[in-house]
Amino acid sequence: MTTPSSDTEMHSPKNAAEQFAQRSHSPVQRIQHVLHSHPSISPLLVLIIASIVFTIINPRLASPANISLILQQVAVIAALAVGQTLIILTAGIDLSVGAITILAMLVMANFAANNGVPAVLALIIGFAVGTLCGWLNGALITRLKLPPFIATLGTLSIFTALGLLYSGGKSLQANDLPDLLNWTGKTIGIGGFRITIGVIMVILLALVVAFLLGQTGWGRHVYAVGDNTEGARLAGIRVNRVLVSVYLVAGLIYGITAWILIGRAGTASPNAIVDANLETITAVVIGGTSLFGGRGAIVGTILGALIIGVFRSGLSLAGVDDQWRVLAIGVLIIVAVSIDQWIRKVKV
Amino acid sequence: MSAPVKHYSTAAVDTREPVLKARGLIKTFGRVVGLDGVDLDLYPGEVLAIIGDNGAGKSTLVKALTGALTVDSGEIFLDGHPANFRTPMDARNAGIETVYQTLAVAPALDIASNLYLGREEKRPGPLGSIFRMLDKKGMKDKAGASMAELGVGTIQNMGQAVETLSGGQRQAVAVARAAAFATKFVVLDEPTAALGVKETGQVLNLIRKIKAKGMPIILISHNMPNVFEVADRIHIARLGGCAGIITPQSHTPTEAVAIMTGATTLQKG
Repeated sequence: MTTPSSDTEMHSPKNAAEQFAQRSHSPVQRIQHVLHSHPSISPLLVLIIASIVFTIINPRLASPANISLILQQVAVIAALAVGQTLIILTAGIDLSVGAITILAMLVMANFAANNGVPAVLALIIGFAVGTLCGWLNGALITRLKLPPFIATLGTLSIFTALGLLYSGGKSLQANDLPDLLNWTGKTIGIGGFRITIGVIMVILLALVVAFLLGQTGWGRHVYAVGDNTEGARLAGIRVNRVLVSVYLVAGLIYGITAWILIGRAGTASPNAIVDANLETITAVVIGGTSLFGGRGAIVGTILGALIIGVFRSGLSLAGVDDQWRVLAIGVLIIVAVSIDQWIRKVKV
Repeated sequence: MSAPVKHYSTAAVDTREPVLKARGLIKTFGRVVGLDGVDLDLYPGEVLAIIGDNGAGKSTLVKALTGALTVDSGEIFLDGHPANFRTPMDARNAGIETVYQTLAVAPALDIASNLYLGREEKRPGPLGSIFRMLDKKGMKDKAGASMAELGVGTIQNMGQAVETLSGGQRQAVAVARAAAFATKFVVLDEPTAALGVKETGQVLNLIRKIKAKGMPIILISHNMPNVFEVADRIHIARLGGCAGIITPQSHTPTEAVAIMTGATTLQKG
């Protein structure tokens, strides 16, 4: 061995590389390592610090009523962001998330209100529309080999237009709709908290998707495809099938979220959730999921959505202009992606 | 044999039944001849190196053997049985594992996940069959055992992300994966091309360990010293055909290069 090595290690059969690997790390490197293995720590810290700071500024932030409100406000974005996380994990992006949700919502509302279809069937048709839209995105990406950004930019316009054409631009109010469709807005009082069925559904949805990602072979394949597509293919993973399934599952999630949105908004309007695309991507990115794919988790996305909610509520309770929230979210995005770039360069 | 004799072997004629026997493989790409009637034998427990200049047909040969492309004509026998692979998965299912030079691992996944990538094992009982839960612990333990068997002792933690490993260690993961799942033979396609000298040494050690387990290996390489260090026989690809089969004992690396480039022609044995 020609590499110089310290004499104290000469008795062991370890080579220079191992000695190098066992060198002591600087505190900054240790932080980098911890973040590398647990990327959800940074959004968790941001959430805790933001909650403490905003509570000090205005203690009403932490009141059960306000916490309930924040949860209701972020529920829809959090649910959509769960679907967006799946897609971003494969190094894709979905710009049509809002358009699919609105189309599915308008279809289920109109079927129930105007076509005399039983509410359950109308819901299922709505879910099916979301799933079909997701499948179309997946098909465009895998069969026509379109970059996800372009495919979903196209379908964003297509689905938005279809929604407007189908509904004639008209909204349906809650009292036009059967109870089942409004059920997700029903609140359950737990202590001073008022939790909606929609919030509970989002939590269940997040748990199911987190289980699929973390515990099943499908989840592992999703990570592998985003991490190294060619390597995944060489390992025998049917990459295109995984990709289509991801867009399809995301579409189903958007369809279910359409139902949650009706309950939250008390209306089925073609002009709902206009910011959904950017807000879901923001929640995913702040939550520590890498836009380059293969890295991230549902828990981070939920934390990301909560951070957006706490900033919105906290800054509004602090009585500052809403533009400060927009500015703060912008800073958070840049910080989050910078941290991601940094921890990806981790060395042992 | 009815086909014209092309087997110019100067190595001792092996009477054992080859694990892999390829006869008269022909593959053309339009007017370009990729394989010009190539024969190849891989015997049990040996390291067969395939060397050749760029365009000599060694990649085409390997792709034909591992199902990555189908030949126009010719036959492949696996343990004496005809085997015509249409896809790489066919070859894999038949017990042939290939390691590619482009470090085909998922860097963000841990070592155990990479070892079992594409063939994850589920938990026993309803947790596996209904909930599709992965047997993470079982896979981790078995991955650790596979790595230890190959003497890759530097990797203690199977839960460590592959991206935290050096290039040589990553390639060791890929080679260990191939060795753990191959039942017939392992193909290593330029496994050291992206590695430094020391890391190359680690991979060569792995090759010796796999050979010691009795697993035959086909090694494709540009690197003469590496080939002469580990190969039992050397198949020299040239102009879509085979310029000869030599052994590290019968020829020097310089002679091998001369045969490879056509400066010398091997005497028919």
